[in-house]
Amino acid sequence: MKIIVCLKQVPDTASVKLDPVTHTLKREGVAAVINPFDLFALEAALQLRERVGGQILALTMGPPQAAEMLREAIGYGVDDGLLLSDRAFAGADTWATTAALAAGVRHLGGADLIVCGKQAVDGDTAQVGPGLAMRLGLPQVAFVKAIREAAADHLVVERQMDDGYEVVSLPLPGLITVVREIGEPRPPSLKGKMRAKKFEAPVAGAAALGLAEDQVGLRGSFTQVVEVFAPGAAGQREMLPGPAEAAGRAVIDRLVADKVILLGS
Amino acid sequence: MALIIDKTACTGCGSCLDACPFGALDLVEDKAQVNDNCTLCGTCVEVCPESALSLEDIQRAADERTATSRGVWVFAEQRDGVLPEVVAELLGQGGRLAADLGVELGAVLLGHGVEALAAELFAQGAQKVYLADDPRLAQFDDGIYAAVLARLIARERPEILLAGATALGRSLIPRVATAVATGLTADCTGLAIDPARRLLLQTRPAFGGNIMATIICPDARPQMATVRPRVMKKALPQPGATGELVRYDLDADLKPSTQVLEVVRAIGEQVNLTAAEVVVVGGRGLGGPEGFDLVRELAQALGGVVGATRGAVDAGWIGHAHQVGQTGRTIGPKLYIGLGVSGAVQHLVGMQSSDVIVAVNTDPNAPIFSVATYGIVGNLFAVVPAMLARLKELRG
Repeated sequence: MKIIVCLKQVPDTASVKLDPVTHTLKREGVAAVINPFDLFALEAALQLRERVGGQILALTMGPPQAAEMLREAIGYGVDDGLLLSDRAFAGADTWATTAALAAGVRHLGGADLIVCGKQAVDGDTAQVGPGLAMRLGLPQVAFVKAIREAAADHLVVERQMDDGYEVVSLPLPGLITVVREIGEPRPPSLKGKMRAKKFEAPVAGAAALGLAEDQVGLRGSFTQVVEVFAPGAAGQREMLPGPAEAAGRAVIDRLVADKVILLGS
Repeated sequence: MALIIDKTACTGCGSCLDACPFGALDLVEDKAQVNDNCTLCGTCVEVCPESALSLEDIQRAADERTATSRGVWVFAEQRDGVLPEVVAELLGQGGRLAADLGVELGAVLLGHGVEALAAELFAQGAQKVYLADDPRLAQFDDGIYAAVLARLIARERPEILLAGATALGRSLIPRVATAVATGLTADCTGLAIDPARRLLLQTRPAFGGNIMATIICPDARPQMATVRPRVMKKALPQPGATGELVRYDLDADLKPSTQVLEVVRAIGEQVNLTAAEVVVVGGRGLGGPEGFDLVRELAQALGGVVGATRGAVDAGWIGHAHQVGQTGRTIGPKLYIGLGVSGAVQHLVGMQSSDVIVAVNTDPNAPIFSVATYGIVGNLFAVVPAMLARLKELRG
C-alpha cells in the first residue's frame, strides 16, 4: 500500500509562556514541531505499513525550515518526503493549501491512501483533509479513531461522531483524517534517526508543480483576514470582591448577563 | 504578495519579533526584516505600535456569483431524523443575517424519510426548505452529501451557507466548499453583515484561541461558515409556521462513496472533556477526593463535565481521564471554571483558549487569575454553594 501522510509544521505551543502583562502567549525563540495531530496520522500510516506492507511518503507545504520536520518524519520511519515550498505559497487559506497539496500528491504519483491529522493546532480548521479529498476526487472518512480492516481495495474504519461512532467501509484510493484514539505515536527509531541524518528533502515550488501564482498562497485564497484582535480585551478581566457568598452569587449573575449560562434552556 | 515594512517608521522595538508565531522576522540594523518563514498571517501588523507593517493589498477579480447569489441558507444536519440543537441556533442567527440583507432564510435538509422535519425548520424561522429525501442519503456519506449540496448551491445560488461545527459538519462542509470553489471559515463564534459590501464578517478564534480573527470571503459565493454549537441564539419558535417546500430529486448518477456498516451510539457516562461546552476543573485546593463532590455538583448544574489538574490526578483524587493540561486534554469550552486551581503554565496552555474563564482560589497571586475573565479570591467551599444557590434561584 502506498500511503501519503500530510504533515504541517506548527509553533510548539508547549514551549510558550504567558506574557504576564498582555496575557498573550510569548512565542519568542519559537520552536517549530510537527503538528501534534499529524503525529497520529504518522502513527496510523506506520501501523498500516506493518499490517499490509508498502511505502510511506510524507508531504508538507511550508517555508524552507519545514525540511527539518520532514527529516524528523524520516526518523519516525517514513520512507521518503516532499516539501512544497515557494514564496508564492505564503498566506494560503485552506482552499489554496489544498491546491498545492493536491499538486504535490500528483507529483508523487498519487497514493492508495492519504492520511491527515484531524486538524492543525494553529489554524484548528480541520478543512484541509476533506478539501484535499475533494480536489483529488477521492472518497473520504474524517475523524477516524480505529482501522478495523485493511485490504488492497478498501479500509474498514471507525469514524468518531458527536454521539458515538460509526463503522464505515472506505474504498481505496481514499483519504482519512485521524484522531488521537488511533494510537499514541511511537518514538523515532534508532534506524530512522540514522537515515534522517543523511536525508535531504526534495523541494518543489509552484512552477515544478504546474501551479500558477494566482492559484496558490494569499493570491489563490478565497478568504481574507480583515482584523485580528486579542480575545477578552482589557476591561473584560474582573476580580469579584467581597465575601465568598456575595462573590459566588455575583459571578453567576455575570455569566447569565453574558449569556454564557442560558437559563431555561 | 508580501509583508511590507516601512523602514522609516520602524523603530526596531522588536514587538513584531515577539508576536510572530513563525520566527519570520529578524532585526537587521535595528529594523525589522522578514524572512522566508513568513506565512502572511498578519499577527505582526496588529502589534506594531508604529503601524510600520502592512500586508500588500491584492486585487482579485470577483466572479459573477457575487452579483447573482442571494439568500441565507442553513444546513439542517439530522441524525436518525433528529435535528441537533445547533440547527435551531443557526436558523436564529441566519434569520438575523437574512433580515440585515433583506433576503430569505432557507434550510437544506438531506436524508431519507425526513420530510416531517421540515415543519420544525419552518417553526424555527426557515422560509424555504430544500429537501433531498432519498434512500441513497439514509446514511451519512461525505461524497454524496457534498455532491447534492454542491448541485443545489449551483442551482439556487445562496450568498451565505451556515452549518454547525459538529463532527458531521466539520467533515462534510470543507468538501462542499471545495466542490463549489468558495471560501470557508471554520468554527465561527461571531457572524455579522457588513451592509455596505454585503459581506459576511466571520469571527473565529485562531492560534489556539490566543487571538480572534475576523475573516471575509469577498469574491466568491456562497460565503460559507461552520459555527460552534451553543454560541448563537435561537429564534423564538413559531409553532405552525409554514413556508415553501422545495423538493430536490437526486440525479441518477449519484451514489454513496462509502458504506456505513454499523452505528454505535455512546453509552453511559464518559468524560468528553474536549467536546464539552462547560468544564468545571478541580485542583489541589480541593484538599482531597471528597472535594470533587462539589465540583461534580456544579458541573451537573451547568450541564458540564468534570476536569482536574495534574496535581489532583497525581494525588489520586480522580482518574487521569479527567486531566486538563499539557499532559492531559487541551480544552477550549465556552465556560471553564477552575476551583482551587493555581494555574501552572502547563495547565494554562491546556485551557486558556476557553471563551470564558472563572477562577476561584484563596491565593490572590495564583497565576490562573492572569487569564481569568472573572476571578474570586476566596474559599471555594463557601463560593460554590453560593453559586449553586443563585443558579437555583434564577431557574426558579
